[in-house]
Amino acid sequence: MITDVEPGPPPAPPTGSSEPLLRLRGINKNFGPVQALVGVDLEVPAGQVTALAGDNGAGKSVLIKCIAGIHAPESGQISWEGKPVHIRTPREAAGLGIETVYQDLALCDNLDIVQNMFLGRERSRRLTLDEEDMETSARDTLAQLRVTTVRSIRQPVASLSGGQRQSVAIAKAVLWEAKLVIMDEPTAALGVTQTANVLELVRRLADQGHAVLMVSHNLNDVFQVADQIAVLYLGRMVAVRPTAEVDRQIVVDLMTSGASTRVLDPPPAKES
Amino acid sequence: MAKVDEPASSAGPVQQAEELTQAAEARAQLAVSPELVAGSVPEYLRASLSRIRAGQVGILPVVGGLLLVSVLFQSLNSHFLTAGNLVNLLVQAAVFSVLAMGEIYALLLGEIDLSVGYVAGLSGVVLAELLKPSGLDWPWWAAILVALLVCAAIGVLQGSIITRLGVPSFVVTLAGLLFWEGMMLKILGNGGSVLISDTVVNDIASGNLSPAAGWVVMLVIVGLFGVLTWRRDARRRRAGLVAPPTGLTALKIGGGLLGGVVIVLICNTDRGRILPIQGVPWVVVLVFGILAAWTFVLGRTRFGRYVYAIGGNAEAARRAGVNLPVIRTVAFTLCSFTAGMAGVIYASRLRSISTAFDQTLVLYAVAAAVIGGTSLFGGRGKALHGVLGGIVIAAIANGMGLLGLTAASQYMVTALVLLIAVTIDALTRRGRVAGM
Repeated sequence: MITDVEPGPPPAPPTGSSEPLLRLRGINKNFGPVQALVGVDLEVPAGQVTALAGDNGAGKSVLIKCIAGIHAPESGQISWEGKPVHIRTPREAAGLGIETVYQDLALCDNLDIVQNMFLGRERSRRLTLDEEDMETSARDTLAQLRVTTVRSIRQPVASLSGGQRQSVAIAKAVLWEAKLVIMDEPTAALGVTQTANVLELVRRLADQGHAVLMVSHNLNDVFQVADQIAVLYLGRMVAVRPTAEVDRQIVVDLMTSGASTRVLDPPPAKES
Repeated sequence: MAKVDEPASSAGPVQQAEELTQAAEARAQLAVSPELVAGSVPEYLRASLSRIRAGQVGILPVVGGLLLVSVLFQSLNSHFLTAGNLVNLLVQAAVFSVLAMGEIYALLLGEIDLSVGYVAGLSGVVLAELLKPSGLDWPWWAAILVALLVCAAIGVLQGSIITRLGVPSFVVTLAGLLFWEGMMLKILGNGGSVLISDTVVNDIASGNLSPAAGWVVMLVIVGLFGVLTWRRDARRRRAGLVAPPTGLTALKIGGGLLGGVVIVLICNTDRGRILPIQGVPWVVVLVFGILAAWTFVLGRTRFGRYVYAIGGNAEAARRAGVNLPVIRTVAFTLCSFTAGMAGVIYASRLRSISTAFDQTLVLYAVAAAVIGGTSLFGGRGKALHGVLGGIVIAAIANGMGLLGLTAASQYMVTALVLLIAVTIDALTRRGRVAGM
């Protein structure tokens, strides 16, 4: 059944870093009799976009929730910066530098961009909130990510477009000094232009040294930004490969049947 | 089957998306607080106007409504806008305003507190019983303190049931409404009433500052407001953030001063029929104090920020690490505590508390908050809305009383005003949702 599992220690990612930021070894997770994850291995290196692909029910969400501290895996090891860790709560994940941008974005519509970015970690000066300090930091982070489409960072999030909201949620993760940003279907609800903007932002995030783990159904997005593609099939990791070594058809085969007998055509298919 | 999206082949969808983005951008510009993008006062006014046209109305409906009501009643009875009646109106509004400021804590969470009216009543009963010269005969400050603490404890109890046991606030506070009314009646006895003879407590609603003290207090309040506003705007300019122009800051402070002068002038006019009565009522100063305190708590502290966040998106607040049960319980506690203050003012105004407690207070608290502009849907509202809403309700009662109309027609008119306010809330909310 599993013909495409990477053998032993997988080859070092293209950039050739010695120790990946996050390493999963043999992660198992059951919900009652249902095996959601079976012996999942994955390495997420810094400075790269790792796409997590798979059909519905393949275990993508369960896997990212294990990393984000929402689910505790039954067995298996998670290493962070080379050291074994146990991530029991989202708080602990945040403490390590893991931030998750969920599909619903978890933004408060009635609060403005700065208030949303600092929600839960407001800076205070004596008893009162230090609005100027927070606004300056938020502005700098947005500028660093070149999120320039918003007119004012004091506008309520309700007035933003879908892509701008996604950008705010991502910028929030960056502001909190995330080393690893996990994104769940970041472009699922977006139009064409906004998708392009968000993907650019994802790319920029990795180029600035963050590790990005992106769950996506959309192979256009995956091939556009990912450095490596990890494919889950029925709870098993059936392939983790650099994007350049696979094409769309191979990934579809892996997602739908867990294996692919195809080989890449000699001139690799040019993906946009 | 995995979904495999093909890249858009025609320009159609792209163009459409561009148009959508542009539309969103135009809306986004409208939603910006005008003082943050305007460089000069005229620009500010233009930005404000476009915001209003886009449905971001703020306190405009209630201020407009207040003007309308004033003109209407003044044209029907020239006594309405006399100094004496206006001061009377402010004192009448105090109980509604303070109750509504409490209710706003529950409304901001997206919850409701129906018990505030009888919590206020119970506060009055506790106060009166403790002050009874034939009974405990406590000093005024101790009696007020205990009355407020009892109300805070009620808030803790109701808030805990709502948050820890997950019972809807509507049901818990409806039960509270009945229970605290029963408790009130039980303490007072059948048809009973307790008179208050403590002069300090009675002066809360009936006493006045001397004219000179009124000026001093007003100048201190406006001065404080001015210094804080000026320093805040100056700090923003120093930090290189978008700040309102200096002219606008000065205009705001000037407006505050003008308002203060007008209020003190009205209050210092002799309004006595037989003996001269003049000066700013204590209760007006008290309402200002509560307004300032709750505006600070809601606008400038972490707790206040979390109250808005929970009302906006409780799940987002939870994921951000906000302790929902604690924040909710504290909000309900402050709600009941504020209701307790309204109860003290109520008892002070009547110089007694009796089983003939004004039952309409119960719903007027919610009505005043909503008429003032607080959203019933949670996350939007300010302490100021409670004060303005209270004044509207008092103005209707006062004006119709002057015209000799019965309580029946007062209820009906107040109901219509409430309905209009809720409709405005629902419509602007729909505009905001559609605006996404």
